[in-house]
Amino acid sequence: MLNQFLLLGAVLFCIGVYGVLAKRSAVMVLMSVELILNAVNINLLAFGALRGDVAGAVFALFVIAVAAAEVGVGLAIVLVIYRNRQSVDLNDVDLMKG
Amino acid sequence: MLEHAWIIPLLPAASFFLILLFGKRLPRGGSEIGIAAVGLAFVLALVTNAQWFDHVGDAEHEAPAGEEHAAAVVGAGATGAEGESAAVAQDGEPAGEEPAAEEGGGGEAAEEEHATVEPITREWTWFQSGGVEIKAGMLLDGPAVMMLFVVTLVSLLVHVYSTDYVAGDRRYTHFFAFLSLFTASMLGLVMASNTLELLCLWELVGVCSFVLIGHWWEEKPNSDAALKAFLTNRVGDIGLIVGVIVLFFAAGGTFDILEINTRAVAGDIPSTALLVAACALVAAVMSKSGQFILHTWLPDAMAGPTPVSALIHAATMVVAGIFMVGRLYAVFFEGFDIGSSSVSVLAVVGGVTVLGGAGLAFVQDDIKKVLAYSTVSQLGYMVMALGVGAWTAAFFHLFTHAFFKAGLFLGSGSVSHAVHSFDMKKDMGGLRKWMPHTFWTFMFCTGALIGLVPLAGFWSKDEILAGASQLGDGYTVFLVVGLLGAVMTAAYMTRVIWYTFFGEFRGHGHPHESGPRIVVPLYILTALAVVAGFANIPAALATDGVELRFEHYYEPVGAYFPSALPTFAHPEFDLGIALLATVLGVLSIGAVYAWYWRGLGPHGLTQRSRLARGGYTVLVEKYYFDHLYTDVIAGGIKGPVARGAYWFNQNVIDGLVNGTGRLATLVGRLVYQYVDQDVVDGAVLGSAWATGSTGQAFRRLTTGKVQQYGALLFGAAAVFAGALILFV
Repeated sequence: MLNQFLLLGAVLFCIGVYGVLAKRSAVMVLMSVELILNAVNINLLAFGALRGDVAGAVFALFVIAVAAAEVGVGLAIVLVIYRNRQSVDLNDVDLMKG
Repeated sequence: MLEHAWIIPLLPAASFFLILLFGKRLPRGGSEIGIAAVGLAFVLALVTNAQWFDHVGDAEHEAPAGEEHAAAVVGAGATGAEGESAAVAQDGEPAGEEPAAEEGGGGEAAEEEHATVEPITREWTWFQSGGVEIKAGMLLDGPAVMMLFVVTLVSLLVHVYSTDYVAGDRRYTHFFAFLSLFTASMLGLVMASNTLELLCLWELVGVCSFVLIGHWWEEKPNSDAALKAFLTNRVGDIGLIVGVIVLFFAAGGTFDILEINTRAVAGDIPSTALLVAACALVAAVMSKSGQFILHTWLPDAMAGPTPVSALIHAATMVVAGIFMVGRLYAVFFEGFDIGSSSVSVLAVVGGVTVLGGAGLAFVQDDIKKVLAYSTVSQLGYMVMALGVGAWTAAFFHLFTHAFFKAGLFLGSGSVSHAVHSFDMKKDMGGLRKWMPHTFWTFMFCTGALIGLVPLAGFWSKDEILAGASQLGDGYTVFLVVGLLGAVMTAAYMTRVIWYTFFGEFRGHGHPHESGPRIVVPLYILTALAVVAGFANIPAALATDGVELRFEHYYEPVGAYFPSALPTFAHPEFDLGIALLATVLGVLSIGAVYAWYWRGLGPHGLTQRSRLARGGYTVLVEKYYFDHLYTDVIAGGIKGPVARGAYWFNQNVIDGLVNGTGRLATLVGRLVYQYVDQDVVDGAVLGSAWATGSTGQAFRRLTTGKVQQYGALLFGAAAVFAGALILFV
């Protein structure tokens, strides 16, 4: 039973990582980050249920709250980038190139 | 006032600075400051003299016990003149002294015989060096008090005289400033309480004489004369410095004159050290007081204005040497063993100078040069007197000589002022009709110089002759020298009188008598030249209380003066010598009178006789001393030494300098090439290059692409995770 949860978490994590590294749109990257966070949540809940401990669920709740705040900040940045450049392509955002 | 006599030299010293600062703006160009200061100093000197007489009197009344004791030791009634005071009672001392001296510690017994007149001293610490405290201060005793009077009086008269003589001069203010400084240094010198102070003021006197002799320095001979005076004096000053140093160590580390003298009298200083010191000091006397063979500067010093000559010759410069000997007389007395049978260097120097100077005075045409050589000769008398132990005679002659020689110099100045020349043969003659005041004062001063009865010079010269005769043996020759000198003096001074005041006037224009500021000082000096001799009238010719006043008041009495010694004696008046000197002098005057006035004698001898011509040439060339100094000594040193120095300079010193330069250039180039370019620059550039290339390498990592950073992040996390799984 546990394996299925962990497999689901691992698949979601891999999809998330792929999204973060491969998608060109900043919005898609933010969504992929959410996928990664949720993969972690699944893991936390699965282990919590396994041990009969409520701490896993509490941690997952905290992660959701932090993720919400992170998405808020992230979308605001994306919005500002879009206003300045009419685009959210991450390949164009390379001002820090050395 | 005795305690505060140190103010006297400070007055003219202050006047020097005031004249230099404000003189030009005053209506009389600063001369009023100088006259006021010196006049005040003269008044103070008079007060000092009066109080000194009281001081001497007090000292005698306080010491009756000592006198009785002395009488007991010497033997009752050994000396007749002792009646009133112990200090005078030095006559006939040698005879009465012998038993006391044999009894033990001659010096001690002799000390008890005299009432000691304490000198007044005041001292301030000058500086400290190496644990030795050097003091500057005042030593006021008989000779110092006497000199205060002479110097301030002559200086005051010279100041007044100068206001007329150098009126309208281009450096009028400057002249008076240095007259003041000259007076101040001499006044300081006579009161100096230690040898170092004496040395400093001695040098200051020399500097002032240099400035004043070269007063008209625009003309080359004048500045040459000033330099000659200064440099010749430097030669003797070395002697003074050596003497002072030797005395410092010989007397146990003290410069104090009183202490040095006291120790010398007491015999605490080894006689060899005293002999060395005295010989060194004689060199100083030779230069400063114009003794043979360093006299050559003195006649040349006539290049200065005449009042300066009067000041130099009468009061300030040349008598400094005599005074120094008298001041350190214990050193000379013990060092040369004066009073014993050996003839002292001092007497020989003086004797040679008496005759040498008088000889040269015969052939001079310049009236001032005759007087200059006469001064040389008279200073010789003083040195000779000191050399034969007649201290009082020497100082008495200094005293009288100051008046008549100042009078003669100022008189010659008055004459030259009238005829605008110093040349007796060309520009003078017959002046007695034109200048009666100058003529009569000059006549009296000449009489005093020749030593005619009863003018001042007679008494003082006679005392010197008596001093020369008292010791007997080898010293008798100095009696002959003194008599011969007197004859020569009478002759050359009569010659001066003839050329200047008699015969036909040979100059141009109409000479006129000088103004009151010149004539009045002449009369004052003449009056003193007439009466000064009575200051020390011999006991044989005067009643008690009048005789030997000069000796009584001015000769130091105490443990620091050799009169405490049994060998020290006072010459007795000798009627025979006095008569002989007078007769010889009068005969000499008569001979010269016959020669010039009557035209008798072998005139033209110098043309006819080769021997006479040779002698005349030697005198005109001043015994070839100037040739010796300038051509032989100076020239000999100048030629080869200068060439040698040039060669040394060109080859050795220049080579050294050039070689050093070349070496430095080479080293510099090598350092630049290898050290600077390669090592230093290499290090700097290398580190810069390393930093740059490292930066270039790392630059590629920072692409600015977020996803690449993310990939690296995840990759690294995966690697670390793998490592965690594998190794833990």
